[in-house]
Amino acid sequence: MYTTELDKTATAPTPIGGEDPALIAAFEARVAADEFIEPKDWMPEAYRRTLTRQISQHAHSEIVGMLPEGNWLTRAPSLKRKAILLAKIQDEGGHGLYLYCAAETLGTSREQMIDALHSGRAKYSTIFNYPTLNWADIGAIGWLVDGAAIMNQVPLQRTSYGPYARAMVRVCKEESFHQRQGFDIMLAMANGSPAQKAMAQDALNRWWWPSLMMFGPSDDNSPNTAQSIRWRIKRETNDELRQKFVDATVPQAELLGLTIPDPALKWNEERGHYDFGEIEWDEFYAVVRGEGPTAKERMKARRAAWNDGAWVRAAADAHEAKRAARSAAAAA
Amino acid sequence: MSKDWPLWEVFVRARGGLDHRHVGSVHAPDAEMALRHARDTYTRRMEGVSLWVVKSTDIAASDPDQSGELFEPAQSKIYRHPTFYELPDAVKHM
Ligand SMILES: [Fe+2]
Ligand SMILES: [Fe+2]
Repeated sequence: MYTTELDKTATAPTPIGGEDPALIAAFEARVAADEFIEPKDWMPEAYRRTLTRQISQHAHSEIVGMLPEGNWLTRAPSLKRKAILLAKIQDEGGHGLYLYCAAETLGTSREQMIDALHSGRAKYSTIFNYPTLNWADIGAIGWLVDGAAIMNQVPLQRTSYGPYARAMVRVCKEESFHQRQGFDIMLAMANGSPAQKAMAQDALNRWWWPSLMMFGPSDDNSPNTAQSIRWRIKRETNDELRQKFVDATVPQAELLGLTIPDPALKWNEERGHYDFGEIEWDEFYAVVRGEGPTAKERMKARRAAWNDGAWVRAAADAHEAKRAARSAAAAA
Repeated sequence: MSKDWPLWEVFVRARGGLDHRHVGSVHAPDAEMALRHARDTYTRRMEGVSLWVVKSTDIAASDPDQSGELFEPAQSKIYRHPTFYELPDAVKHM
């Protein structure tokens, strides 16, 4: 997901030597009692590092996530759809900003994070390294990708780090519009001409498995989950969230009259959940490693946006410097 | 040193009659730009009728490590709360 550990080489959050055991115990007790940790509170260094990585990765995902959808802004089928998509993409930019601010309270600067993203050191959700081939993809993204994001983000409203939790409350308020506008696109196409319905089915075929992969590796292959759950950084495991998403989405696909591309998908009366097929993890890790042309295109677009905007930032700085010099002269 | 613009804390009054409430922060080179960024970031859905921005470095904050001593005296003065007083049943509204 936006927040799962994508970097398999990332160091597990082991306790850092030299920390006062009494402070650690007091911290653990506060977290276990569901108290929120705030920026100036003492926290273990490993907690700070894990959170910094998770929140900044989440922020990067929001920002890079604007690119696949932005690709279709100028080709939206109507003015209404264009206005809606524009508003949705602007929200995602806002989500990135809320999250960068939350990460900054942990002591990392915005500049460091942007630099980590643009130099390719930072990870973002693999889902945005798939291309958006046609308009139906915009429907599938809103419905499935934002739908998966909601599953992940709702429990994070109660994550133990206060600034992150508050950012998530704000994000969640805005997300359901994203999913609904996507579903609305799918609905229009599924009820349209046979060709339009075929496009909707094709988009579902291509986005289904990547959406399931958004929740990250399965629990027995996710070594840091236990620690993150204990620290209330995560509230539910990858597999729990993935199951919730499948259970919620299958009836929606039926309503659309579309078929989920998984022959193993079947309601399991005993479990009270849908069973579903194996995920191709090799593909997932290839995408995480940034292989494939789309990943390169994404970073190229990000760097271009940053560099092309440099003159605006420089002008704003120059304006402020001039204004400050003037008021200093007036005060002298 | 970071080349980031200074950080500003953003406060929004949701509607007339309510306090301004802290909602988050933005980076901006000056107050005017901070207001513009705050508008775009925090009030896209009519969340407010008024915005304040203040440089984060201009905020003085109490120390969380001292909060025990700082707020403790209030805890022992329970007679400051109306529930401290037991009233005769005959007194219906007070
Ligand atoms: Fe988002
Ligand atoms: Fe979204």
